[in-house]
Amino acid sequence: MASTAITAGAEPVFHLEEEHAHAEGGSTMLGFWLYLMSDCLIFAMLFAAFGVLGGNYAAGPAPKDLFDLGLVAVNTTMLLLSSITYGFAMLTMDKGRVGATQAWLAVTMLFGLAFLSIELYEFAHMIHEGATPQRSAFLSSFFTLVGTHGLHVTFGIVWMVTLMVQVARYGLIEANRRRLMCLSMFWHFLDVVWIGVFTFVYLMGTLR
Amino acid sequence: MPETLTKFIFGRLTLESLPLHEPIVVATFVVVALGGLAVLGAITYFKLWTYLWREWFTSVDHKKIGIMYMVLGLVMLLRGFSDAIMMRLQQAIAFNGSDGYLNAHHYDQIFTAHGVIMIFFVAMPFVTGLMNFVVPLQIGARDVSFPFLNNFSFWMTVGGAILVMASLFVGEFARTGWLAYPPLSGINYSPDVGVDYYIWALQVAGVGTTLSGINLICTIVKMRAPGMTMMRMPIFTWTSLCTNVLIVASFPVLTAVLTLLALDRYVGTNFFTNDFGGNPMMYVNLIWIWGHPEVYILILPLFGVFSEVTSTFSGKRLFGYTSMVYATVVITILSYLVWLHHFFTMGSGASVNSFFGITTMIISIPTGAKMFNWLFTMYRGRIRFELPMMWTVAFMLTFVVGGMTGVLLAVPPADFVLHNSLFLIAHFHNVIIGGVLFGLFAGIAYWWPKAFGFRLDPFWGKVSFWCWVLGFWFAFMPLYILGLMGVTRRMRVFDDPSLQIWFVIAASGAVLIAAGIAAFLVQIFVSIRKRAELADATGDPWDGRTLEWSTSSPPPAYNFAFTPVIRDNDAWFDMKRAGYRRPLSGFKPIHMPKNTGTGVVLAVFSVALGFGLIWYIWWLAALSFVCLIATAIGHTFNYHRDFDIPAAEVAQTEEARTTLLAAQGARA
Repeated sequence: MASTAITAGAEPVFHLEEEHAHAEGGSTMLGFWLYLMSDCLIFAMLFAAFGVLGGNYAAGPAPKDLFDLGLVAVNTTMLLLSSITYGFAMLTMDKGRVGATQAWLAVTMLFGLAFLSIELYEFAHMIHEGATPQRSAFLSSFFTLVGTHGLHVTFGIVWMVTLMVQVARYGLIEANRRRLMCLSMFWHFLDVVWIGVFTFVYLMGTLR
Repeated sequence: MPETLTKFIFGRLTLESLPLHEPIVVATFVVVALGGLAVLGAITYFKLWTYLWREWFTSVDHKKIGIMYMVLGLVMLLRGFSDAIMMRLQQAIAFNGSDGYLNAHHYDQIFTAHGVIMIFFVAMPFVTGLMNFVVPLQIGARDVSFPFLNNFSFWMTVGGAILVMASLFVGEFARTGWLAYPPLSGINYSPDVGVDYYIWALQVAGVGTTLSGINLICTIVKMRAPGMTMMRMPIFTWTSLCTNVLIVASFPVLTAVLTLLALDRYVGTNFFTNDFGGNPMMYVNLIWIWGHPEVYILILPLFGVFSEVTSTFSGKRLFGYTSMVYATVVITILSYLVWLHHFFTMGSGASVNSFFGITTMIISIPTGAKMFNWLFTMYRGRIRFELPMMWTVAFMLTFVVGGMTGVLLAVPPADFVLHNSLFLIAHFHNVIIGGVLFGLFAGIAYWWPKAFGFRLDPFWGKVSFWCWVLGFWFAFMPLYILGLMGVTRRMRVFDDPSLQIWFVIAASGAVLIAAGIAAFLVQIFVSIRKRAELADATGDPWDGRTLEWSTSSPPPAYNFAFTPVIRDNDAWFDMKRAGYRRPLSGFKPIHMPKNTGTGVVLAVFSVALGFGLIWYIWWLAALSFVCLIATAIGHTFNYHRDFDIPAAEVAQTEEARTTLLAAQGARA
């Protein structure tokens, strides 16, 4: 870029003769990455709140009484698998195969739905046992952190459906590829956050 | 049955929610309603709705959005200042057994609203507006990275402002102070709608602020003209970049902490309660982790303004450009390491307090470096004391005092004495008025000709300047003294009659500031009347140094007919020196984004969602949430968001400027 500014002759160059088009959506990846980092801060706050309040059981149930690590392991598997299948969707997208991309997206969505169902089952079970978000600060921060992650997954699924409709209608055009790429970043980001949840909330919570 | 039905339809909104028993509020409502009707009537009479909707409300042009932000800031300044002068009057008369004229219920709302409005809906829109208008022009770009998002961000900010304004006439505002500390802001001690207005107004506006931060970072990182390396960026662009980094890295914290407070109030969780393991001190920590960077979000861009103004009006390159950039970056980083100085008295212990006291004092080093850079820029410069330069000098004299009292407060033992006193109030008004507001007035006077093609009237500008500067000193120096005598903030009545004189002096200062605001409005009015006389055809009225002065005033929609190539800092100064000639032919079609009304629609649904949540009107909240999501998804089905300005039209616009310049006999 800087080389255009240097001129050989006496007449300095002050402007480009040709239209200097910034590629359409050229800032999207950076912008979306920044959004993800801002979202990451929200999760950081929720983790911090859990870190401070996670031991405040208020004479109520503790993680040992509540967490079923087997169930959480299944749930974690669902989410990790959905990240892998999203990766396959992106690979097929690169090859321009609309049908295969849609199929992998559908599989990803199914894994996401399975994850959500197990989480909702876990929540319902806990609430049924009297471990409600109102019971103690530990449970408030638990439900908020895990629930916020779940809401993100829900939002990701709504987004995925939207994109599948758009890919079906308009094909794998540049704009749709860019959008799938953003959702991909979003989806993997949720996976990373879940690793944190799994480690700090469930595993370390059980040790507590 | 009808009762449950009304409850379903209106939630907890009843006729009693209207503050008809408060004569002051009723009178205000009548005045605002009449004024509002007059404005709406005038717009209808002059058939301006279509024009406003097409050219402004739906515009994605960063210049128009910037101007709309400034208008919002100005309107809200009038509201925020009304609150201020009411408080000054109350405190000046509530002596010798007098209860003043404001009851506690009303007074508490006023000091809360004053803080919230001045920070979120005056300073933030002004700063964002200035950055929006100036940054793309300074870096030689045609617009921001995400023009639609920019429009949407603006309307979300307006949405938050509407909710705050609504609280004046429907229900009430928070009575908690501007940061709404729990447990006072919890549901047990604030069961009414005040804190809910606070939460949802800030959440709605916060979305706008965060997105606009992301947008401007991308713009600065990705859209600079060829040749403009990072270290060739104008200082205002640098400070804007740092400010927007701060926005993106701090506003999510505010969003999160307000969400937790909302959960406590709506769901009954125990984050900040006193029982069931909750911890109110965590709220104080979390909100200041946002709150301290926030004050640097406000001041940094104005440091940029002062740098541009000093260098332009001294006719010199900025002294110590590199050190100025590093000072800004250092302040950006340090602003995250000082939040605990807002509550030294909370009991964190001597070691923690020492750490945060020291980091706080260290911030004065880069700030002091900036001060010396400005002084050395002026040294041996040919200083022109135009209005922006006058504001800058007033800033340097005023801000240094505020900075020094800040360092004083950073000493934990001193803070234990001065915490929560009027000394603190004087300190932060000293830096916010003396820094942010003076900077905004400097910036407005400096860039106004760029935005509208004519200068602001200097006479009324000087009247406003002297009223503001003297008014500030009269209004806040007494508060330093009172604070040293131990008077705490947010008091409604006083027992010790010997204090009254200081409050009377402070009130007289507030009256001077009122005159300053009035003179500013007169200045705008007079300037518009005398626009032919004050017109500037050159586009470069101050002999400017940065790129925005190379284009016409006001700039065309596409900003630059050809993308400029940058060879030096102070790009425009370099171009003028090297014999730049405006290109007169060879224009190409220019790709630009289309206007859209989606941003307005989304903001309307957000306000409805907030209103439904505030009043427990669950059907309204649910409905507007669904509409919000549907509209957002619907918008993504629009793939045709751009158009080309034909080369002929560009040629025509540029030809018009050539004619104008020739008529003025100015340099073509």
